[in-house]
Amino acid sequence: MISSWPLLSVITFLPLTGVLFLMLIRGNEEAIAANSRLVALWVSGFTFVLSLYLYVGFDPEMMGYQFEERADWITGSGISYHLGIDGISMPFILLATFLTPLSILASWKSITHRVRDYMIAFLVLEVMMVGMFASLDMLMFYLFFEGVLIPMFIIIGVWGGAERVYAAFKFFLYTLLGSVLMLVCMLVMYQMAGTTDIPALAAFAFSPEIQFWLFLGFFASFAVKVPMWPVHTWLPDAHVQAPTAGSMILAGVLLKMGGYGFLRFSLPMFPDASEYFAPFIFVLSIVAVIYTSLVALAQSDMKKLIAYSSVAHMGFVTIGIFTLTEQGIAGAMFQMISHGLVSAALFFCVGVVYDRLHTREISAYGGVVDAMPRYAAFFMFMMLASVGLPGTSGFVGEMLVLVGAWEASHWVAILAATGLILGACYMLWLYRRVVFGRAEKPEILEMVALDRREVMIFVPLTILVLWFGIYPATLLDVMAYTVSDIMANVASDLSIQTVMR
Amino acid sequence: MEFSQITISAALPEFILISLALVMVLIAAFAKQSETDGEGSIKMVRTLSLLGYFAAFLALFSVPDGRVVLFNELFAVNDLVIYMKGLILVGAFFASWLVSEQWGEGVDRPEFHLLVLMAVIGMLLMVSANNLISLYMALELQSLPLYVVAAMRTSSLKSSEAGLKYFLLGALSSGLLLYGASLVYGFSGSTNFDAIASSLSGGASVGMIVGMVFLLSGLAFKISAAPFHMWTPDVYEGAPTPVTALFAIVPKVAGMTLLMNVTYSAFGNITDQWMQILIALSVASMIVGATGAIMQQNIKRMLAYSSIAHMGYALAGLAAGTPEGASAVVIYMTTYVFMGAAAFGVIMTMRREGTPVEKISDLAGLSASHPLLAAAMMVVMFSMAGIPPLAGFFGKWYVFLAAVNAGLIPLAVIGVLTSVIGAFYYLRIIRLMYFEDSDAPLDDGASHQNRMVLIVSVGFILLFFFGIGALSQEASSIVSVYF
Repeated sequence: MISSWPLLSVITFLPLTGVLFLMLIRGNEEAIAANSRLVALWVSGFTFVLSLYLYVGFDPEMMGYQFEERADWITGSGISYHLGIDGISMPFILLATFLTPLSILASWKSITHRVRDYMIAFLVLEVMMVGMFASLDMLMFYLFFEGVLIPMFIIIGVWGGAERVYAAFKFFLYTLLGSVLMLVCMLVMYQMAGTTDIPALAAFAFSPEIQFWLFLGFFASFAVKVPMWPVHTWLPDAHVQAPTAGSMILAGVLLKMGGYGFLRFSLPMFPDASEYFAPFIFVLSIVAVIYTSLVALAQSDMKKLIAYSSVAHMGFVTIGIFTLTEQGIAGAMFQMISHGLVSAALFFCVGVVYDRLHTREISAYGGVVDAMPRYAAFFMFMMLASVGLPGTSGFVGEMLVLVGAWEASHWVAILAATGLILGACYMLWLYRRVVFGRAEKPEILEMVALDRREVMIFVPLTILVLWFGIYPATLLDVMAYTVSDIMANVASDLSIQTVMR
Repeated sequence: MEFSQITISAALPEFILISLALVMVLIAAFAKQSETDGEGSIKMVRTLSLLGYFAAFLALFSVPDGRVVLFNELFAVNDLVIYMKGLILVGAFFASWLVSEQWGEGVDRPEFHLLVLMAVIGMLLMVSANNLISLYMALELQSLPLYVVAAMRTSSLKSSEAGLKYFLLGALSSGLLLYGASLVYGFSGSTNFDAIASSLSGGASVGMIVGMVFLLSGLAFKISAAPFHMWTPDVYEGAPTPVTALFAIVPKVAGMTLLMNVTYSAFGNITDQWMQILIALSVASMIVGATGAIMQQNIKRMLAYSSIAHMGYALAGLAAGTPEGASAVVIYMTTYVFMGAAAFGVIMTMRREGTPVEKISDLAGLSASHPLLAAAMMVVMFSMAGIPPLAGFFGKWYVFLAAVNAGLIPLAVIGVLTSVIGAFYYLRIIRLMYFEDSDAPLDDGASHQNRMVLIVSVGFILLFFFGIGALSQEASSIVSVYF
């Protein structure tokens, strides 16, 4: 029955039916807004439920790709419509389909004008995100990878804060500049291999000299997306200006596109270059971890602080990937999923108080715990998960990355670990200033406690973060085979090169 | 000369349009006599010319497959030429369809449609030219009516300036072209493309190359490739908007096809020589187009620079000198026609209190007052910027693929970098429409024909990825005539 469906295509393009419905809604402005919210929530919720079947039907012990679909697209050119998932893309698809309904719920009340357009942008964004993770064809990957820019540009630019135009342009042009260099590399790869099929390209042996250039081109794109220091400067602007739900998706899913790209392209296709550039990436990542943590300490804007913390956490991800060890890569994967949940929750934490007080200045708060005790509890849990407290998902990822890094280089592990300490500093300090202390300002005491909708967003995120922290095997088992497969390929490529030398 | 059936069917589209032009001359002449009847005759002429384009388009299907050479080898048709003629007729149909009878700006005269029709005949002949003489004649048949329509808004200084500037620079470029043609004739002993090609089989003399450079410069002027682009912004801005729409959509297709004919068939044996010229033209156009548009305030002027950039991208494909390059140009020009039609479909609905407006800032707040129109414009702008999955991206993909395959990786890198710069000004329009408010919204209601053009062309841009497989196969099969 359901197994004979082209399930991946259905999940990818299902939100488009929602777009169709949204365009058909008629009535006065209020009715349109109310119905748009419902349609978007139902469609994205249904997409999530369908995508659960990917998890249920996924066989973690099977090599290669599952739920594969292939259709003719550009006949005779080696470019085809090819979808499929493995252990590293499946968790991301679930992350995207899971966070989309939550962010639609998160913008239930805070978005009041042009609700229909907003929901259309979110559903299109979901199509692009899921399609990108499901693509097994390089051209399709690029279509979705770039296509993400269109709805995100609109979301930041229309529903963002005061500096939204600047932030939207910076986001768009930065990302585009990185991506077009990747495009040229894709053309070169297509010319050499005669196909854009990702599995075929992973099996194709590019010569080390070519790998060097191709790696740099892909790096330009993924490093901006991750983002790595020093090309991270678009991120604080985009995060601060984006509406709450935009930040949730941006931090939760879009940043992971870079890490996913490294795992899907850079490592399997350019193993020699990956090994060659690993020290360089370690340096950039360690700078990111330490420098952006220090910058985060100096922030007075809550969203900006969390944005910088994202850069630091993604630094761990790039360290983990380029340790070229199984623990490191598994840790990076785990860290990405964990950060997707935790940072989305943290941005929502900011959104909750922003909806009430309309400021993100840390100094405007203090003593929130008196007015909103349950909020304080959720915020504390997420803050601790971000710091990497054992028992939360944040711990597992960072731990595995550090284990992998220790194998690669002691110094990398030691320096990265200092980032953990700094992370604890700025997060705890943020929490203290916002939640504790005496509530002196009258408006703080008048803040309304969490309503049911907000609790409904926090609860699933909390459960997942806790579950992954206590029983990480749920996630690790799914990706174990794929990760060891990637590693085995990289190792065999490298050993062949060593023998030839 | 005898007219066989094959002669008639191979040149049937031209025959149809030429006879129609004769009829329209009569209508235009007699309509003059009664002032009151003026509007009726415009309507009639417009309808006739639309029907003519449609009939000519249908007649293309009667043209025999393969290469047919007619009229003492002055005129040649092949599969590529047929395809490009189809594209020209589609573009001309869009451009004429967008002009309503009440447009004003001096184009509310029957002569307008007649002149456009003559120019289109010129373009069709241009595409089929197989001889330097017929090339020149067709080029002038195309240019002269365009000079007139550019200056058609007689009440406006800018329009007259546009017409004059276009005419003077056009005459200069024709001079260059003629001089080049005379040199080529002198060194090869023939004006026939096939004979020129065979005389070049053993390499080219210096005089021949000088002639070719002049010839290509003259043609570069016609497609407004930098550094021969000077006329474009002024003419786009000064000419009445329907004329600008025509300029933006159609003549570039004809010019590009002619350039392809000249380089691939007449000079097909000295690829290395013209490749460098085309690379230089391409790089210059991409840079000028991308940087020149940034500061523009007038949307027609901005689109002029945008078209210069587009020609730069198409030239990058042509410069590859390979079958992939030629088919990339075919794909690029196809997307270009529809993007141009869609862009002008929006621009020609921009009115405030009944008068057309053309400042970029007039688009402010369009998404609030005209959501669908703004969405259409957004799609066009993203497509022109080359953002996937829209049509414009695929054009760029094939062009740069051809460049990379031909080993021109630096050209591809320059191309993608300038496309990022270009993205900035396309985004600026989206910013105005979506991120900003306006207290003076544009008039309501797009005209019926604008809506139809927008539906067709925006639908084409959005759904292009479905058809790209078929189109790329078609493109690579039709360009095989040259290789």
